[in-house]
Amino acid sequence: MSEQEHQEHSEHIVPPTTYLAIILTLLFLTGTTVWAAFVNLGRFNIVVALVIATMKATLVVLFFMHAKYSPKRTKLIILAGIFWLAILLFMTLSDYISRVDYRGVRFPMTQVIQQLPAQRT
Amino acid sequence: MHRTGELYGQFKTLEQQKESASLGMWIFLITEVMFFGGIMLAYALNRHVYFPAFAAGSNTLSLKLGAFNTVVLLASSFTMAMAVWSSQVGKKNLIPIFLLLTITLGFVFFGVKYVEYSQKFEHHLVPGKKFDIFFCVNNPSSCPDVAPDELQEESKLLDEAKAADPDLNSHAQLYYSAYFGMTGLHALHMVIGVGLLLWLLKNSLAGKFTPQWNTPVDIVGLYWHFVDIVWIYLFPLLYLIDRHK
Amino acid sequence: MSNIAATPAKTLPEHHYLNATYGIRSWLLTVDHKRIALLYLASVTLFFFIGGFFAMMIRLHLLTPSGYLLSADTYNRMFTMHGVAMIFFFLIPSIPAVLGNFFIPLMIGAKDLAFPRINLLSWYVYVVGALFTLYSMISGGLDTGWTFYTPLSTVYSNSAVAPAVIGVFITGFSSILTGLNFLVTIHTMRAPGMTWFRLPLFVWAHYATSIVMILGTPVVAITLALAGMERLFGLGFFNPAMGGDPILFQHLFWFYSHPAVYIMILPAMGVISELIATFARKQLFGYHFVAAASLAIAVIGFLVWAHHMFVTGQSTYAALAFSFLTFLVAIPSAVKVFNWAATLYGGSISFDTPMLYAFGFLGLFLIGGLTGLFLGCLGTDIHIHDTYFVVAHFHYIMVGGAIMGYLGGLHFWWPKMTGRMYPEWLARIAALILFVGFNLTFFPQFLLGYLGMPRRYHVYPPEFQVYNVMSTAGASILAIGYLLPMIYLTWAAFYGKVAGENPWPATGLEWKTPSPPPTENFPVTPVVTWEPYDFHHRPDLGLDPVSTHEIMPAHGDD
Repeated sequence: MSEQEHQEHSEHIVPPTTYLAIILTLLFLTGTTVWAAFVNLGRFNIVVALVIATMKATLVVLFFMHAKYSPKRTKLIILAGIFWLAILLFMTLSDYISRVDYRGVRFPMTQVIQQLPAQRT
Repeated sequence: MHRTGELYGQFKTLEQQKESASLGMWIFLITEVMFFGGIMLAYALNRHVYFPAFAAGSNTLSLKLGAFNTVVLLASSFTMAMAVWSSQVGKKNLIPIFLLLTITLGFVFFGVKYVEYSQKFEHHLVPGKKFDIFFCVNNPSSCPDVAPDELQEESKLLDEAKAADPDLNSHAQLYYSAYFGMTGLHALHMVIGVGLLLWLLKNSLAGKFTPQWNTPVDIVGLYWHFVDIVWIYLFPLLYLIDRHK
Repeated sequence: MSNIAATPAKTLPEHHYLNATYGIRSWLLTVDHKRIALLYLASVTLFFFIGGFFAMMIRLHLLTPSGYLLSADTYNRMFTMHGVAMIFFFLIPSIPAVLGNFFIPLMIGAKDLAFPRINLLSWYVYVVGALFTLYSMISGGLDTGWTFYTPLSTVYSNSAVAPAVIGVFITGFSSILTGLNFLVTIHTMRAPGMTWFRLPLFVWAHYATSIVMILGTPVVAITLALAGMERLFGLGFFNPAMGGDPILFQHLFWFYSHPAVYIMILPAMGVISELIATFARKQLFGYHFVAAASLAIAVIGFLVWAHHMFVTGQSTYAALAFSFLTFLVAIPSAVKVFNWAATLYGGSISFDTPMLYAFGFLGLFLIGGLTGLFLGCLGTDIHIHDTYFVVAHFHYIMVGGAIMGYLGGLHFWWPKMTGRMYPEWLARIAALILFVGFNLTFFPQFLLGYLGMPRRYHVYPPEFQVYNVMSTAGASILAIGYLLPMIYLTWAAFYGKVAGENPWPATGLEWKTPSPPPTENFPVTPVVTWEPYDFHHRPDLGLDPVSTHEIMPAHGDD
């Protein structure tokens, strides 16, 4: 037969109180991310925003989508999806980030506004 | 033809059928992750290269409406989870109620999006020939919905951004390409989601879902939660780029 | 090869999937995976002809260096449409949607795929996408190259880009649905006793292919969507005039299109595993390694895409990483080739047509794969990028590899699909013609590329004419090699000799059901107790059990 380790999905029924706790946490995190946006953290604003968003997403995946109570295979699929997204993002960005010309000068993709156009001698 | 709840011919047990449906939906959601991932990459790159333009674009969005929509979608995920729970414990009369709540919240989201989109059209913020990020600042009478002190603020920010990026208007179009692309794609997925929810509603009113067979509620729930997760990321990425000035 | 003693005349089963129901509606609304496979067979064959027509135009035009036949613009459309038709509408669906659809449920002992209606939907999605693309072809065609590079495709091209982009976008979902169906089916629908390591390698290959379809196709979907929106609505991600980046398009495009080539070759490799085990009458050497290699190719294949972009100005460090990974991805392919060779060693080999195609695959895939290493190496790629070397490389793999696998599989399973055997000697001659034609067409192209003839040019220096004429001559012979099977396989489906349940004999579960199979595949769900390709412990195959060396070679009933 198919997967032996499969647990009947609906055998574990998540109680509404758990859902309530999760939604309240999600609302709190939403408030936090808005508040954090008004704090000047420079380059780290995006990091904080993404970390909070990921926390929210994790809660939705684990509890609302029952991933915590799903068979291992489901968890593997989720991780594979995240991993592949990471490949797409990081390997592509690795090209752009590591562009250095023969003089050792970092050169941009099209133009980078922070630097003045006449950078070449 | 078959009645809902009956075993389809190719399966041997209801268990196998449910397992297959669930697995199928998770795999489909992974394809959606990669689908949105592509446009996320375009966003990430362009935001890095044209930060001033992206910041300027982000600040023209209404934080209130964006945050409100975020709360609306999170709440809809809660009501969806409750709909699934109702079907799991056999509370058949609760299922349509929670589904209806979810659908309503979905429509609220659409309503807010409609307001936001029409605002963008009026303010000449749609990529194309008429795009002009300075439109409201230069023509305050054409943008009555923006308060004068907000316009002042915006004017200051735009001047700063233009000093950093002489080609601000051109690059702000890239921000709006990302905005319309990402939120448009998301809205399209929500429309499909609402369609599925309406179909579920119809079947739940007919009492079709039982603890032994609630697979459609379950897998539509998975889809709906995914759509919520996309918005969880879109909100900070589009609305909160540079609010701290 | 000796004729065996006269056996009682075989007859077709009374009821099977082909005569279960009649009428066009029973075909167009079928949910039987076997009928859907035949629907796909018809569609992909149509597109093979369309792609073949464009190929013919290319080769005829290239007979002369100064291009008398077509204008530059028209030539651009010819090679573009050849690529689009062949890649998206023939090669990607071919083995999975025809042979995979037909045989995966049979091979695992299931009644059908997990989602039969989604299977039918995938065919209709293919048809809709195909119609958009045909519209593009008819309304003047596309001239951007099958790669749709921006900003040519999004801004400057005057050709029918939008319908083609929409068509390919839609057809991508056909791929996604097929992959999804296969993954779930293989996980949840295996018969009792059919454990993962008893699965035929054909199934493993399709599992790996499905992973690639699922993870890669959505990226090309969003890429084409963005390109389409740029063309239609002026979005600017890929347009330098607006600050966009054409290289971003290339990254996104190749993120799918490189794994796409593994979608095209992995199923063929799966077929080859079946053919070699059957026609060497020997257990496949290193079964676990071949299965693992399929997965390794699928995974590592996602890490190498920027080797198509070495000359675009991308970061040297990134190029280094991608080049290294490209060399790495060759390893699992090599593992497979060694395992196939080891299977042949000591086997009892017979030269039926499917085996001829398998041999062709081995040699031609080897050449194609090795020449890929020249391309994956940064220094040499500068010299041969965008030349006919590349064209020859990928045709050796796509035609010498994938199409040989497809034809070998079609011949191998034709008796199961139709209940009738194809004419063996004619098929062998056709395979030989194909092999000769293929090499004559594409080997000169390696030389042309190395000598510097660029691809996608409608004219070339006169000193290259000899090789081009050779190539066109080869293409004519190749065409005959393709036409013959189309004719005799069609003939054989109606008038061929009745084949019986297991003409070869082969060890898969699909051979334990009548030919053609009944709609429900197996009257009783089989229980699997044997290992794959185990010719020794299968008394039901009717083989001489005395010793390996005295076993009669595999053959259809002559």
